[in-house]
Amino acid sequence: MGFASKNRVTNPKFWEASGGWSLDSLLEITDLTTEFDTSDGVVRAVGGISYSVGVGEVVAIVGESGCGKSVGAMSILRLIPEPPGRIAKGQVLFEGRDLLKLSNAEIRDVRGRDIAMVFQEPMTSLNPVLSIGRQLTETLLRHTDMSESQAKDRALDLLRQVGISDPARRLTQYPHHLSGGMRQRAMIAMALCCEPKLIIADEPTTALDVTIQAQILELMKDLSERLGVAQLIITHNLGVVARYAKRVNVMYAGKIVEMGTAKEIYHHPRHPYTLGLLASVPRLDQPRGTILIPIEGQPPDLTRLDEGCAFRPRCRFATDRCAYEIPELESVAGDHMSACWQHEDLDQKKGTAA
Amino acid sequence: MYKYAIKRILLMIPTLIGAGLLVFMLMRMIPGDVCEIRLGGTGLMVDKEQIEICRDSLGLNQSMAKQFYDFAVGIATLEFGDSMWTGRPVTEEIAIRFQLTLQIAIMATLTAVIIALPFGVISAIKQNTWMDYCIRVFSIAGIATPSFWLGIMIILGLLIASQHLFGEPWMMPIEYTPIWEDPLANLSQTIWPAVAVGYRYAAVVVRMTRSAMLEVLREDYVRTARAKGLFEKVIINQHALKNALLPVITLVGIEFAFLIGGLVVTEQVFNLNGLGKLFVDAVLDHDFTLTQALVMMVVAVFVVVNLLVDLIYAWVDPRIHYS
Repeated sequence: MGFASKNRVTNPKFWEASGGWSLDSLLEITDLTTEFDTSDGVVRAVGGISYSVGVGEVVAIVGESGCGKSVGAMSILRLIPEPPGRIAKGQVLFEGRDLLKLSNAEIRDVRGRDIAMVFQEPMTSLNPVLSIGRQLTETLLRHTDMSESQAKDRALDLLRQVGISDPARRLTQYPHHLSGGMRQRAMIAMALCCEPKLIIADEPTTALDVTIQAQILELMKDLSERLGVAQLIITHNLGVVARYAKRVNVMYAGKIVEMGTAKEIYHHPRHPYTLGLLASVPRLDQPRGTILIPIEGQPPDLTRLDEGCAFRPRCRFATDRCAYEIPELESVAGDHMSACWQHEDLDQKKGTAA
Repeated sequence: MYKYAIKRILLMIPTLIGAGLLVFMLMRMIPGDVCEIRLGGTGLMVDKEQIEICRDSLGLNQSMAKQFYDFAVGIATLEFGDSMWTGRPVTEEIAIRFQLTLQIAIMATLTAVIIALPFGVISAIKQNTWMDYCIRVFSIAGIATPSFWLGIMIILGLLIASQHLFGEPWMMPIEYTPIWEDPLANLSQTIWPAVAVGYRYAAVVVRMTRSAMLEVLREDYVRTARAKGLFEKVIINQHALKNALLPVITLVGIEFAFLIGGLVVTEQVFNLNGLGKLFVDAVLDHDFTLTQALVMMVVAVFVVVNLLVDLIYAWVDPRIHYS
């Protein structure tokens, strides 16, 4: 399936200069901060998050609606509308290059070719007046030296790969001719066009019904393994996390409050918010009839954050210290990090409080 | 699609009957008739008998039902009769003016679309910058400026400018020359009213294009296009504009149909003998046959333009499907 991609940048210096651990780090985000100007003042939608995605690795970002997951992901490719948005500070190293420092032309070359995106609503994310074929081939024609007929062949091949039946006919069809699941498959085919190294999937299954969700996730997992594409999955669905992601970042109010491997997060959560998220969804590894406990209250208004922990008003374990000092991410065990003053005692408290 | 078009054309018939009935009754509800006006206008002693003779000859003394029947049959057989005022065939009266009005309507539409599409798009993508402000001022001014006033200003401007530049004032020709006979003479007459009307037209379309574009640019699929790394030019011209065009096409269609029957004041200002002037004269003269024929023509134009707009819809937007 190899094809000549024009100007694909690999930075040899990066590979030489990098130490052992960052050799497999594809994307490294440091202190990424994204703000929006609103009539109520500046909203810091993403407040200094740092995480990394390794080559071929599947990483999840979990959190409620409005906690900055999508904005954080969109900031990677600088797709935040400016104004009112603005990436205030931080670093997004992709293969050693800071995407935030690239010129507009350079970041355009990265978009769709090195990093592709899959969006939440396949109905509104596909252009209703352009054919599926057109929307597939345009990315190829933009980033590669393919001729129109080569691009068309590749598009056919992609549609076949994502399991769309009768691909030749689909190419001439428009998004409204396809079902929701088909549209999302087409969307994934578009993302795969130029064999990207990273796919950012922004709630890829939220708009789909449950049976289709599993199909799409299996498809993405399969493609990811087969083609070695790294994935950044943004979701509020912990089931997705448990099944597909290797590492998980839990976000709350624009910050990462807990990070670790999926296993650790799922079985030994060390942040009250993660704990709450887990208690509010049914789990197959719990006895039947376990009562679901919702997290009371709403995510905070980001214009009115104080100097305390943002989760404090909804936290069952809050102490006085939480009101005036924001906990930073601290290692719990190895790579497992939590931003909670009580992460050490949480395991015992969990038993008594629940 | 063909079936749909044929169905729509057949649906024109009830519309035309309704419009015909309406104009027929309205004309006869106005006090007075063409004979009184014609004989009264001579300034001579008005002889009741003469009026009756005139009415008899024009068929105005027949029963309403008979008159309507004759009118309806006439329309159905495309036999529109003679003008009650001039005595010449209605079709002839309309034909000599239709060409002029149609030409100005087309030119005004072209002016409007050529100005409006790029301006509307620029205004939307440069929202709240000085370019946007300039275009918005330009378009607000266009909506606020009456075409006839702009027409007067154009005429005065031409007179003064030519006086200054060439030493003698230049006035556009007042006699209509068909464009295929002498394009230069034709354009030197028609371009000014086209601009005067086209400015307001463009202003309306600019605003529509701008707001449609602003809406489309916020759509998810525009973000998808950006995420694919497409060039901004491609995103605007191919992804966004095609979606923003639907309301603009509607507006252009309505405005165009309106221009066919509605250039009354502008024609006065530029001293053009077009359909608008004919319309006003026909109504003032109580010229039933001519007014009825004109109304039917304008209705037909509206219906046909609407059909065309709907067909263009289906062509632009694959989601629209007629059956």
